Amino acid sequence: MAAALRRIPVHVVVMGVAAVWVIPLLGLAVSAFRPSWAVLSSAWWESFALPGDYTLENYRRVLDRDGMALSLFNSLAVVVPATLLTVAVGAAAAYTLAGMRFRLRSAVLLTTVALIIVPIQITLVPLLRMFSTLDLTGSFLGIWLVHLGFGLPFAIYLLHNFFAAIPRELFEAAEMDGAGRGQIFFSIVLPVARPALAALAIFDFVWTWNDLLVALIFMGGFRDVAPMTVAVSQLVASRGDGWEILTSAAVLSVLVPMAVFVALQRHFVRGLLAGVSKG
Amino acid sequence: MIADRILLTLAATAVIVVAGWAYLRLGDRALAALPHGAYRRLVPWLFAAPAVAMVLLTLAAPALITVVWSFFGADGGFEGLANYAQTLSDEVTRIALRNTVLWVVLLPTLAVLVGLAIAVLADRVRYGALVKAALFLPIAISAVAAGVIWSFMYDYQPPGAAQTGTLNAVVTALGGEPVSWIIDTATNNYALIGATLWTQAGFAMVIFDAALRSVPGELLEAARLDGASEWAAFRHVTLPFLMPTVVVVATTMTVVALKAFDIVYVMTNGNYGTDVLSTVMYRALFTAKDNGLAGAVATILMLTVAPIMIANVRQFRRETGAA
Repeated sequence: MAAALRRIPVHVVVMGVAAVWVIPLLGLAVSAFRPSWAVLSSAWWESFALPGDYTLENYRRVLDRDGMALSLFNSLAVVVPATLLTVAVGAAAAYTLAGMRFRLRSAVLLTTVALIIVPIQITLVPLLRMFSTLDLTGSFLGIWLVHLGFGLPFAIYLLHNFFAAIPRELFEAAEMDGAGRGQIFFSIVLPVARPALAALAIFDFVWTWNDLLVALIFMGGFRDVAPMTVAVSQLVASRGDGWEILTSAAVLSVLVPMAVFVALQRHFVRGLLAGVSKG
Repeated sequence: MIADRILLTLAATAVIVVAGWAYLRLGDRALAALPHGAYRRLVPWLFAAPAVAMVLLTLAAPALITVVWSFFGADGGFEGLANYAQTLSDEVTRIALRNTVLWVVLLPTLAVLVGLAIAVLADRVRYGALVKAALFLPIAISAVAAGVIWSFMYDYQPPGAAQTGTLNAVVTALGGEPVSWIIDTATNNYALIGATLWTQAGFAMVIFDAALRSVPGELLEAARLDGASEWAAFRHVTLPFLMPTVVVVATTMTVVALKAFDIVYVMTNGNYGTDVLSTVMYRALFTAKDNGLAGAVATILMLTVAPIMIANVRQFRRETGAA
């Protein structure tokens, strides 16, 4: 009995935190299915007592009239190639940095690690000007390149840690058999590194999908290429408190990264720990 | 339009895969025709060159240019520290600096506390896995969506009206006056930091969760046998083991706090005294169109992370030995 009593504070803390984390998600999920008159006249939790007033109308409106359907595919067109590029270019570089000796190797490695922390804000003005000169603003190619550049330091760091742990003998044996570096990369390194590559891909996918600043700046005000984060933030600015529309738009914008994340969370956690929690 | 986007995505994916493969395979073959010594010297660059070029072009060079520009005026003349003097004497920047400090102190502290508490305590209750999942999910939610969610939670109606905002419903149910969380300067910065904490605490928890598994069970057993309370065992055995992880989590959260932009942009747009350095810089860039001024704000932001950057490089050097 005394032991059970002593555990009460534990339950209070854990349940309290759980409530603070679940209630906003619940509020979002419920509100996104309520018609505007219901949102205006009653709170979302009251809708459990007044059943029958749920609707899919909000989604139809957001997708059609507010162009969210196009934004969804804009997001995919930004994120899929950008992620693939970051993983590919990062993997090639990390393989070299972890497995080969060459001049400037440690300089490149240390610069990379330092650049992980650099706030990207410091690069924006010159980069934007360079992109305007090259006519790359508002283009998908432009934003792929920006995300590639900004994503690389972390990508290289994460993969380097993983590659450095692969036993040297594996490479040396292949080299004895006369395999070139390219062959070793494709037939040994990539297959062995699959878990790390998957973790990086998930990371990068979610980050790129959720980015607002880069999209705002490099996609400019071009509505027809705006990804979801930009579209939702524009809805916020123009709608003020059309909660039923804003919440449905928010639900749409989190569906894809959430699905990727939940489906692959095992890889994500493993990759995260390979990269971050050393020491 | 939508069909265009799908086509673009697929085409780009195919091009990246094929071109990437061809570049490395054919490049490797071409280099292999050279004498062995030359091959060994050049082949690392075949692999590293695309990454090095991208990092130089999009990060290193622009960062340097920004720092240089921050000493020049809008008309192109050298002005020394004038931009810094102007921005630091500006009320808006001072508020932003103060807020950024508030973010940097509170976000890492709270993320460590909540993440560690749940990582430790969730294992002691039967519904622990569910609680962990609840904390974990918002990692995938963008700051934009989190901004919408929390604006909705913080919604305010005048006293007497029905409170449809969740937080104010709780406050009025307890007999209090409704608070305009986002507008009231006494609460709004904390409201924004709280919303960010909601998206980030799960990350802290995951890392602590893994670190806890590396705490030697025998040591904890021995402490308990010696009659140490649960708290004492945690304090003297677990916590020392977790200290490096606390540093990792706090560093990551400090960086998040320094870069905070999206959530402020969506929830208040920097109004009501909630500006942070990022939003000030964004406005210097797009409203005032002053590159020098924007550069000065960005450089200040950069200087504030410099100590973390140095610590990170040192740590990396220690771990990898010679690197």
